Amino acid sequence: MKKFFARFYIAIILLVLYAPIFFIGVFSFTESKVLGTWTGFSTRLYTGLFSNENPGRESLLGAVENTLVIALVAAFVSMFLGTVSAIGIFNLRGRKRQAIQYLNNIPMINPDIITGVSIFLLFVFLHVTQGYATVILAHITFCTPYVVLSVMPKLQQMNPSIYEAALDMGATPVQAFWKVMVPELKPGMISGFILAFTMSLDDFAVTFFTRGTIGLETLSTYIYADARKGGLTPELRPLMTLMFLLVLVLLIVLNVRSSRLATKKLGR
Amino acid sequence: MAETIIKIEHVSKSYGRGNVLDDINLDIRKGEFITIVGPSGCGKTTLLRIIAGLVQADSGTVSLGGKDITSMPPYKRPLNMVFQRYALFPHLNVYENIAFGMKLQKKSEEEIDNKVRRLLKLVSLTDYEERDVNSLSGGQQQRVAIARALANSPQVLLLDEPLSALDYKMRKDMQMELKEMHKKLGLTFINVTHDQEEAITLSDTVIVMNEGKIQQIGTPEDIYNEPCNSFVADFIGASNILDGTMIQDRKVNFIGHDFDCVDEGFAENEPVDIVIRPEDIYIVNKLESVQFTGVVKSCTFKGVHYEMFVDSDNGYELMIQDYNAFEPGSTVGLIIKPQDIQVMHKYKMENTFDAVVIDSQHVSFLGSEFECTVPERFKPDDKVTAHVAFDKVDLLDYCQDGKPEGKVRFIIYKGDHYHLKVYKRGQTSVYVDTNDVYDKGDLVGINIAPEDIIITACDE
Repeated sequence: MKKFFARFYIAIILLVLYAPIFFIGVFSFTESKVLGTWTGFSTRLYTGLFSNENPGRESLLGAVENTLVIALVAAFVSMFLGTVSAIGIFNLRGRKRQAIQYLNNIPMINPDIITGVSIFLLFVFLHVTQGYATVILAHITFCTPYVVLSVMPKLQQMNPSIYEAALDMGATPVQAFWKVMVPELKPGMISGFILAFTMSLDDFAVTFFTRGTIGLETLSTYIYADARKGGLTPELRPLMTLMFLLVLVLLIVLNVRSSRLATKKLGR
Repeated sequence: MAETIIKIEHVSKSYGRGNVLDDINLDIRKGEFITIVGPSGCGKTTLLRIIAGLVQADSGTVSLGGKDITSMPPYKRPLNMVFQRYALFPHLNVYENIAFGMKLQKKSEEEIDNKVRRLLKLVSLTDYEERDVNSLSGGQQQRVAIARALANSPQVLLLDEPLSALDYKMRKDMQMELKEMHKKLGLTFINVTHDQEEAITLSDTVIVMNEGKIQQIGTPEDIYNEPCNSFVADFIGASNILDGTMIQDRKVNFIGHDFDCVDEGFAENEPVDIVIRPEDIYIVNKLESVQFTGVVKSCTFKGVHYEMFVDSDNGYELMIQDYNAFEPGSTVGLIIKPQDIQVMHKYKMENTFDAVVIDSQHVSFLGSEFECTVPERFKPDDKVTAHVAFDKVDLLDYCQDGKPEGKVRFIIYKGDHYHLKVYKRGQTSVYVDTNDVYDKGDLVGINIAPEDIIITACDE
């Protein structure tokens, strides 16, 4: 009986978590303009997403492209910055290290809206014309702490002597970093990258305040504008479904890979 | 005598306020197996890391083969190190670990291949090339680490506590293998360890360090038989360390008796430290024509010999090792031969502190104020020296407000009392004779009675 309730509980949680996504997935296969009414099975929304005839398609796919480019660039740069900072912080001693770790954590807890407005004010103060570049800079700013956070445990697990051992074997500091540190930190760097990528992907507040007036749209600002115009573009439904599937596949690949690595290390 | 390969001159290093190395001077000869031994925190690893180039000395020079390498980065030094926890590269297999250095030097495939196989044979790990280093046992990882360090054909091999992570039997085996390897390769080995037995077993030369200073350099026999101070005597092997007085040349008094000895050149009636190894006290059943007598307190079988604690007729406890067992409670006769008595200068006769006069009743030293009688010739703010005998320092189990405190650093049992050192960062250490038992690392308060503080002018 107890077991039944435990399973029931998990089922309800999973249902609540996944129902909305499932809902969108199902309704992406119908043509209805209004979400929630089923007007028969159709794949037209999908084909519309990839055909030239649809008038709204251009701006929607443009927003998707912007979103992906911004997320990729921001994630790459913050992966690099975050890893280097993590190494720096790790090599500090005592109070200094603790203080900087706190400073690193604050932007993560700070509400997005405050980050967005303050970065906006900074750009205005510095007379920087806002656009693509400022959005990317702002995204790097709030993504980097997440990379620091995910690389730090890898540094703690790493035997600190292996860097020194590499130097001792004749590697210059740069060679030692690439040949010994990076392979050890890679899992942390990758998870930091994914974290940064997803944080950037669904950011609205920061993008909204830093994109300026050149009409740059990412997916989130597009949807926001779209919803204000009245009703969501139906093509968003297949788009969301595809994005969800993409992320799902990515996660499965990563998990399978890391568990294979783990068994490889333990086994033999 | 072989030529000097590494020369260390006036090397000092401090972290924060603590002095880790204090003016180290050292010559290491080519082909020697040298071991630096000392308790944890004595600076031995720092010294090794300075030689390797992983730590920069604050002052002083290190030279290799006559060339100054003080500021040469580690990756340019022709020395290689075996790290404490092996520090193998976990993402590389055995072969790649050993080949790491040679690949950086852009050696040819063939040369690398030959060398790796030769080294694997040397460390008896043939056929382990493809193995993941994480799947190896501690001993095997150790061998890979040695092979890796030898791959760059270093002029000197540095070993940082290489055997400390292995279990006892494994350690014994690896000791013999290291010694064999040293013989076969003819390389200079510099080994760091806290294990005095390992130091004595392995080395041509032993360097005993404590608190950032070299205490003694010598062959294992010298260090064991002729320790230069009570620290070395206590650290290397088991020993009886006792307070004594040199009556005249070749005559010394301790444990309440006069003994003949072979030491000369001490001042008359100079207080000295005496070391007698437990196997050097002869224990017999008869009580006539012996030097002194004692009562056996305990007797423990140790495999080859029996270890006994004997109370001497004047109440000093002595450790004695003998092939024969003596019944606890029995009275025995004891003899110590002149050549077995090692007489050493005391490093200090009493505590001396730099003090400042506050008023006629108070002085300040050790960061606190003490009550005492200040001679009239000294005025407030005068700098003076405060003298306190070792046995006049009271240790408290608790720390009183405004009184100094410190941690017990080392303890030597002197037959009827303990001699210990109380250390506090940035202050003069306090030496204490006490009957109470303390452990290393205990936090204690320090109290000194007013009549036991003697104030003199600074340079007396």
